[in-house]
Amino acid sequence: MTRLLEMRDVSVAFDTFERRSIALTGVNLSVDKGEVVGIVGETGCGKTLTGLSILRLLPRTASIVGGSITLDGEDVLAMSERDIRGLRGARVAMVFQNPTSAFNPVHTIGSHLRLVLQTHTRMHGREIAQRIREALSDVGMPDIERVVRSYPHQLSGGMLQRAMIAMALLLKPALLIADEPTTSLDVTIAAQVLELIRRLQHERGFSVVYITHDLGVVRGICDRVVVLYAGRDVETASTEDLFAAPAHPYTRALLAAVPRVSARGHALPVIPGIVPSDPGAMVGCPFVDRCAFAFDRCRVERPEPTIVGGTHAAACHLLTPQGAGAAKQPVGIAS
Amino acid sequence: MTQATMHEPPGEAGVLPGSAPLLRVRGLTVDFRVTALGRAPETVHALAGVDLDVRAGEVYGLVGESGSGKTTLARCLLRLVRPTAGSILFDGVDVARLRGAAIRRWRSQIQVVFQDPVGSLDPRSSVRDIIAEPLRLHLKESKADIGRRVATLIDEVGLGRHLLDRRAHELSGGQCQRVVIARALGLQPRLLVLDEPTSSLDVSVQAQILNLLGQLRQSHGLTYMLISHDLSVVRYLADRIGVMYLGRLVEQGPAREVFEAQRHPYTRALLSAAPDVEGITKRKVLVHGEPPSATAPPSGCTFHPRCWLYVQLGQPEICATTMPTAVAPEADHAAACHFAQQAESQSSHEVEQ
Repeated sequence: MTRLLEMRDVSVAFDTFERRSIALTGVNLSVDKGEVVGIVGETGCGKTLTGLSILRLLPRTASIVGGSITLDGEDVLAMSERDIRGLRGARVAMVFQNPTSAFNPVHTIGSHLRLVLQTHTRMHGREIAQRIREALSDVGMPDIERVVRSYPHQLSGGMLQRAMIAMALLLKPALLIADEPTTSLDVTIAAQVLELIRRLQHERGFSVVYITHDLGVVRGICDRVVVLYAGRDVETASTEDLFAAPAHPYTRALLAAVPRVSARGHALPVIPGIVPSDPGAMVGCPFVDRCAFAFDRCRVERPEPTIVGGTHAAACHLLTPQGAGAAKQPVGIAS
Repeated sequence: MTQATMHEPPGEAGVLPGSAPLLRVRGLTVDFRVTALGRAPETVHALAGVDLDVRAGEVYGLVGESGSGKTTLARCLLRLVRPTAGSILFDGVDVARLRGAAIRRWRSQIQVVFQDPVGSLDPRSSVRDIIAEPLRLHLKESKADIGRRVATLIDEVGLGRHLLDRRAHELSGGQCQRVVIARALGLQPRLLVLDEPTSSLDVSVQAQILNLLGQLRQSHGLTYMLISHDLSVVRYLADRIGVMYLGRLVEQGPAREVFEAQRHPYTRALLSAAPDVEGITKRKVLVHGEPPSATAPPSGCTFHPRCWLYVQLGQPEICATTMPTAVAPEADHAAACHFAQQAESQSSHEVEQ
């Protein structure tokens, strides 16, 4: 398969009046054409920031301070403002978590979609109207004529998310970034939306970066997974490998913390502590304070990704030949 | 990583089947009048006659989509909402009929943990004041005694005493939820309503809070009413499960049975829609469309317009005309469906969309 997106060692910093704090400390992410790649991690790990970096849509106080992002071989970071605007929505589109706040409340759904076509294409009146109805019908929207004239508050969360997906796919982008698109929806509706993304991806073959904190969703939709921790990718694997043999202690702890039926009556393994707020200031492994396997080297040296088999890599000293013997016995992690 | 400690619940079913219910809800009905601008007032039937028993010492899990009435039911129990009809018997007293000061006294028996821990705490108060407030209001004790109780409570929920002088914004989401739990435990309630207690938390923090709830249940002999849309949480904690749809209880049974052999087609669809981290491949039974409006519920069985079994059975007339018999609260495992037998026997790979 050919590579569509390549992020190499991308760092993002927030500058405040007094100081600079590094939120992404070197994220690597590659997406092939037609591939669905999941980004998972806890709140504050930099999942959304990674997604926004691809579109250069960072908040005003943040900037990309290192690394490279290429899309189809083109350097995204070197693009002019004008070129990047041409890319947003057309070649790379994004679906956000909260559909109610992602739409402008004073515009109808129809006018949101119309604006996209007016901005990016030379289509006119009837053609646009026709294309909007097609797009809404493709996402399985019921009652299209009413929806086109509706304001966001008149639709349910599930319908808005369908409309958002229709809008994102209007210009047939090569990459769809979906940032927790089902988190605010009920399970039954979430399942419908997930099924919809899966079907459209299958039919049209675009690539997807699927951002979520829900490991169950990852298992259901992704080909490959990148686990983020404290602004860094700590493990990358095919979905199958990740769930069969998670390598990084963080991934293992995260999977172990999910309540399962077999765990009934037993305490769940927990990850003590919290995500470090300024990972850029840490010298060693960002997970060291919460890791059951940490040893001396973890405090002083940042681990680099180690191949553990095929395309499966994880950044942990334990996985290096020198690290294997050095670690103390693990405590309390159910593998 | 802390060593996983065992805290055995009192067996799979939680309590002895014969034990008397702590809470007996009968025919609970709540109608809301809604007046939208430029439209005639409408009535939302949030709860349409719910019967259920919560037994002492058990965890009763309530699941369903938003708008199914889960939270309205909880708010009725807390008497934050006055039921339109029906009764809520607790120790022989009908909570639904209480008024004024009696409601406030009732609230020392029942406490609640809401979904958003940060929003549940007064941003201007210290943790100490937040935990002490219900004690000051309900107990006639000296300041020193209350101070001692607050210290014990904060130990019990696993927070350091150095946090007592902090405010909510200085704490993490998980810490805030622990403060909320400490506040709820202060008056030694017998029933704790947990309304989506871990929905806003990350999975690692969620595990901590679920463990804490498991321990407290043991040490305090608490009864929980657990409301959650996260079925993995319910399956982990609940002894019995009630499934709600459009203000009605459509299925009820022991947790294991409901998860393994659903008798209502809606439960079947709900469970199959949940993302599954264990990767047990099962055929998805998708429900069509969205829940209908509670202002004008469909005729007959309110689920029939979205029901896969209705389609599969060739749209039997009875589903569209006759409301199925409600789930009897005493029943061990029952569903309000005309074709409950078929719903259960239909193995999932036979279910076609």
